[in-house]
Amino acid sequence: MRVTKRRSPLSDSNVAVQTSVHEDVHRPELLHHFADPQQQRNSASLGMWIFLATEVMFFGGLFCAYLIYRNWYYADFAAASKSINAALGGTNTAVLICSSLTVVLAIWAAETSRRALMLAMLALTMFFGLGFLGIKGVEYHDKFVEHHVPGPSFSFEHEQIPGHPGQYANPQHAEIFFALYFIMTGLHALHMIVGLGIFTWLFVMAWKGRFTPEYHTPLEIGGLYWHFVDIIWIYLFPLLYLIDRHP
Amino acid sequence: MAGNVDALFIFLVIISGLMTLLIFGAVIYFAARYRHQRGVQAEQIEGSTPLEVTWSIIPLAVFMVIFAWGAVVYFKSRTPPRDATEVYVVAKQWMWKMEHAEGQREINELHVPVGRDVKLIMTSQDVIHSFFVPAFRMKQDVLPGRYTVAWFRATQPGTYHLFCSQYCGTQHSGMIGSIIVMEPAQYEAWMSGGSTGPLSATGEKLFAELGCSTCHRTDTQGRGPNLQGVFGKPVLLQDGRTVTADENYIRESILDPGAKIVNGFKPVMPTFQGLVSEEQLNALVAYVKSLSPAAQSATKTANAAPQGSGTQVQ
Amino acid sequence: MATTTIAPAERENYLNKEYGLGSWLLTTDHKRIALLYLISITFFFFIGGFFALLIRLELLTPAGDLVQADTYNKLFTQHGQVMVFFFLIPSIPAVLGNFLVPMMIGAKDLAFPRINLLSWYLYIAGGALMMHAMLTGGVDTGWTFYTPFSTAFSNTKVIEAGLAIFIAGFSSILTGLNFVVTIHRMRAPGMTWSRLPLFIWAHYATSIIQILGTPVIAITLVLVVAERALHLGIFDPKLGGDPLLFQHLFWFYSHPAVYIMILPSMGVVSEIIACFARKRIFGYTFVAISSLSIAVFGFLVWAHHMFVAGISVYAALVFSLLSYSVAVPSAIKVFNWTATLYKGSIHYDAPMLYAFGFLGLFTIGGLTGLFLACLGVDMHVHDTYFVIAHFHYIMVGGALMGYLGGMHFWWPKISGKLYPEGWARLAALIVFIGFNLTFFPQFILGYLGMPRRYYQYPPEFQVLNVLSTAGATVLGIGYLLPMIYFLWSMRYGKPAPDNPWNAAGLEWQTQSPPTTFNFEKEPVVTWEAYNYDEIDAGHKEEVPVVG
Repeated sequence: MRVTKRRSPLSDSNVAVQTSVHEDVHRPELLHHFADPQQQRNSASLGMWIFLATEVMFFGGLFCAYLIYRNWYYADFAAASKSINAALGGTNTAVLICSSLTVVLAIWAAETSRRALMLAMLALTMFFGLGFLGIKGVEYHDKFVEHHVPGPSFSFEHEQIPGHPGQYANPQHAEIFFALYFIMTGLHALHMIVGLGIFTWLFVMAWKGRFTPEYHTPLEIGGLYWHFVDIIWIYLFPLLYLIDRHP
Repeated sequence: MAGNVDALFIFLVIISGLMTLLIFGAVIYFAARYRHQRGVQAEQIEGSTPLEVTWSIIPLAVFMVIFAWGAVVYFKSRTPPRDATEVYVVAKQWMWKMEHAEGQREINELHVPVGRDVKLIMTSQDVIHSFFVPAFRMKQDVLPGRYTVAWFRATQPGTYHLFCSQYCGTQHSGMIGSIIVMEPAQYEAWMSGGSTGPLSATGEKLFAELGCSTCHRTDTQGRGPNLQGVFGKPVLLQDGRTVTADENYIRESILDPGAKIVNGFKPVMPTFQGLVSEEQLNALVAYVKSLSPAAQSATKTANAAPQGSGTQVQ
Repeated sequence: MATTTIAPAERENYLNKEYGLGSWLLTTDHKRIALLYLISITFFFFIGGFFALLIRLELLTPAGDLVQADTYNKLFTQHGQVMVFFFLIPSIPAVLGNFLVPMMIGAKDLAFPRINLLSWYLYIAGGALMMHAMLTGGVDTGWTFYTPFSTAFSNTKVIEAGLAIFIAGFSSILTGLNFVVTIHRMRAPGMTWSRLPLFIWAHYATSIIQILGTPVIAITLVLVVAERALHLGIFDPKLGGDPLLFQHLFWFYSHPAVYIMILPSMGVVSEIIACFARKRIFGYTFVAISSLSIAVFGFLVWAHHMFVAGISVYAALVFSLLSYSVAVPSAIKVFNWTATLYKGSIHYDAPMLYAFGFLGLFTIGGLTGLFLACLGVDMHVHDTYFVIAHFHYIMVGGALMGYLGGMHFWWPKISGKLYPEGWARLAALIVFIGFNLTFFPQFILGYLGMPRRYYQYPPEFQVLNVLSTAGATVLGIGYLLPMIYFLWSMRYGKPAPDNPWNAAGLEWQTQSPPTTFNFEKEPVVTWEAYNYDEIDAGHKEEVPVVG
C-alpha cells in the first residue's frame, strides 16, 4: 500500500505525486498510467491547448494565402465580398458567440452540481451549432444559385467594383476569392460538425451523470475546442464579409 | 562572373576541408588516445562557457564573411548591365525558344558573341522551368505568367551545355541545348544569315494590327497613355502608387489592364489575354522598349513579382 | 549499478504478457506501438530503397535505357515521398521515441496511449493510400509537388499521394503532441528539466516542429488537391494565381521537416557518446539549448530553397543570413560531442561506431549546407546533384546512422537479446564506406553541372555516376546485414542483461525486455543525468558486459 504524499508547492517541476491505492477505486476515470487526477487533468488540458495550436497553424496557412491575394486583388475581392450576405454572416457570428456562452455556463453548472442547467446548456450549445450550419447552408445555396461556386459554372461578369463606377471586377480574381471563401468556411464548418459530434458525446456522458464538480475534464477540453472554432469564425467574418463595406 | 563563383567555392572548400580535418582529426585522435584502459576512469568535465562562446563566435564570424561575399556575387549576377544585348526566351515543355532582339529565332541553341553582355528575358508557356548554363555558373527559374531575367558575359568561344534544371515533366532531362559563343566576326556572319527583322519591328507591326495605336497615340489626345519614352521610367497610378515600367509591367498591362490604371486615364483598355502568344508579347514588349531612347532596359527588371499582381498568361 | 545475472526462466515482459494479433493491434502499450512502427517503417524503407536501387541502375549509363522517362520520374518522386514521409520523419520518434520517452522520464506510458495507437493507424492509413497510389499509376511530380505542374499538368495520382501524406502528417502531429505533454506532465519525482537525458530534449524540440509545422503542409496539400480536383487558380498563373505562393507554403514546413529528421538522431548520438566515453556530455546545457534553437531558427529559413525561384534579391539576402544562424547551434553540438571524447574512456562497440560515423558524415553534410546557404554558390549548384549529396549526407549519413546506432544501443532493452557484435561492427564499417562512395562523387557531379531528376545525361558525367552506383550497392549490403542479424538475434541471440552497457538513464533500470508498466515502483530521481562517475566508481574494470 502506497502512502499518499502531498506535492510540495515549492517543487520546481510539475511532477507526479504518488497516490494511495484506494483512491483508484473511488475514481474509475483515473487512467492507470497517471499518478493522480490532477496530473491527468493537467495533461488533458495541455494536450488540448497544443492541439489548438496545430489548428491555428492549419488555418494560418489559409489565412496567409487569403491575405496575400486580398492585398494583390483588393478591388476584385471587395466586389466579390459585397456579394456575400453580411447580414447572415453577422447573425452567425452572434449565434456562435452565444454558443460559447452556453458552453461556459454548462461548465459552471458542472462545477456547481447543477445537472439540469448543465444538460440544458449543452443542448442549447448544440442547437446554436446546428443553427450556424443551417444559416451557412442557406448562404452556400445562394452562392450556388448565383453561379459563384468555383468550377465550370462559375460566372462573375459585370460586377461593379465598389466605389469605382464603370470599373468591373476581374472574374478570375473573384474566382480566387470564392475558392478561398469556400475552402475557409467549409473547413470551419467541418470543424463545427466535429464539434457537434463531440458535444453529442458530452451530452450523453452528462446525461449518464459522469460529470461532477471534481471531474468534468471532458467538458473543459471540449469547451476549449468549441471556443477555438468560435474564434476562427470571428476572424473569418470580417476578413471575408466586410471588405470595403459602407453603411 | 563564373570566376567569382569559383573563387567563392574554392574558399568554401578550403574552409570546409580545414573544418573536416579538424573534426575528423580530433575524433580519431581522442578515440585512440582515450581508448578505455583498465583502472583508468573517464574525467567528468561539465563544460566550459568560454570555449562555447569561442566556438560559437568564430564560426559565426566566418559564416558572415561567407554570407557577405556570396551576397555580393549574387547581387552582381542579378543586376544586368544597362546596355546588354537582349534575348527573349520562351520555355515550354520540352524546348527552349530563343528570339534575339535583332529577330533571329533559335530552338534549343543560343548564339552569342564573346565578350558581350547578354540579358535573357524569360518566361514559360506552361510550367516552371530553369535556365541553367553550368559553364557560366548561372541559373534562373523561368516562370509562367511573368518574366524573370538573367544575364551573362561569355569570355571564351565554345559550345556550352544548356540544361533545364527545374523538373518539368516527362522530357525534363531532354530539355537541353547549347550556348554557342562565337568570335565577333563569326557572330556577325551568323546574324546576317536570315531573320525576320528586329523583334521590335515585329512588335511595331503587331501594335498596329491589334489596334493599340488607336488609343496609345503619340500625342496627348489618346484614350491611353503615350508610350514614347515610358519604358524604364516611374509611372503614377490612379491609386497613388508609383511603379516602374519594366518588362513585367508592360506584359501585365497587355494581359490584365485593370490591374494598374495610370493616373488620369479611364479603365477602358480591353484585355488581350488569349489573343496574343508569348512570342507576340515579347515582340510588343521589345517594341515599347524601343520607344525609349538610351535606357533599353531597366537595370532592376524585377525578378520579383510586379507589385500587387499575379500576372496572367494566355 | 552492477549488471544482473541472466535469469534462467523467462520473466514476464511486454512481449510475452499477451499473445495474439488483437493484443498487438489494439495495444496501448507504448513499447508495442513502437514495434508496430518498427515493422511498418522498415517495410517502407525497403520500398523507398528499391526505388533508389532502380534509380542508381538507370544512372549507370548516360542514355535512358533501363526505364522510360515517365517511369524514372515516378521513381525519384516516390523514393523521396516514401523515404521522407513514411520512413525518416517517423523513424526515430515513432520507434525509439515511443519506446524510450516514458521510460527515460520514469513514467508508465505516454500521456495519451490511445492517441498513440491512433497515430500508428493514421500512419498505416496514409501508407496504404500511398501504396495504392504508387501501384495504380504512381506520382511523377517530384516529392516537392511544385505547381502548376502538379496541379494542372501531371497525369498521375497527385491527389491520392497528397491525401496520403496529409493523413500521415496527422500521425506526426499527434506523436509530437503526445511527447510534449508527456515530457511536461509525467516526469517522475526528482526528474527536473536539467536532469533530462539529451534524447528527451531532442525529442521535445522535434515535437515542437511537428506540432507547429506539419499543419502548414497539411493545408498546402488540401489546397493542391482542391485546385487539381476543381480546377481552381490559387497556384496557377493562367487563372490569376501564383506558383511561388505554393513554394513558400510548401517550404515553410518542409524546411523545418528536415530538422524533424535530424534532431532525434542527434539525441541518440548524445546518449551513445556519453555511454561509450563513460562521461557526461560536455556542455550539456548548450547542447540542450542548441536543440531548441535549431527548432526555432529552422522556421525562419525556408526560402533558401528558392534563391533562384524568382524571389526578390532582398528576400534572398535575408534568408541567406538567417540560414547561417541555424548552422551555429549544429556546429556547437558537433564541437560538444567531440569535446566529450576528451579524457573519456572510449569503447568501440557498434553503437559508438555509428556515432563516430554520424560525427563525420554530419560534419560534411552540415558544411556543405554552408555552400548552399551562400547565395553566390547556390546560384550554381541549386537543383544539381550537389544538393542531393548534401541532403543525403545529413539524412542518411546523419539521421539514418543515428537511427541504426540507436537500434543497436537499445536492442538489448527492446528485444531482451544481444545482437552479434562482430557483425554489427562490420556492418557499421560497410555502411560508412558504401555511403561515402555513393554520395561524395555527387558533390562533384553537381558542381560540374549535372541537374537533378535527370535520367539521361551527357557522357562526361558517367564515371562519377558509376562510382556512385557502385557505392550504393555496398551501402545496400550494409543495410541488409543489420536486418538479418537483428532478426537472427531474436531467436538465437544471447539473452541480454538488464543493463548490458552499464549505461546511465532510467530506461536501463528496467528489465530487458521491460514489463508492460516499465517500473515496479515509480522511481525517485536524486542524481544528475549521465552520472557515469557514480556508475563507474568502484568498477576498476568497467568494461561493459557484451556478447
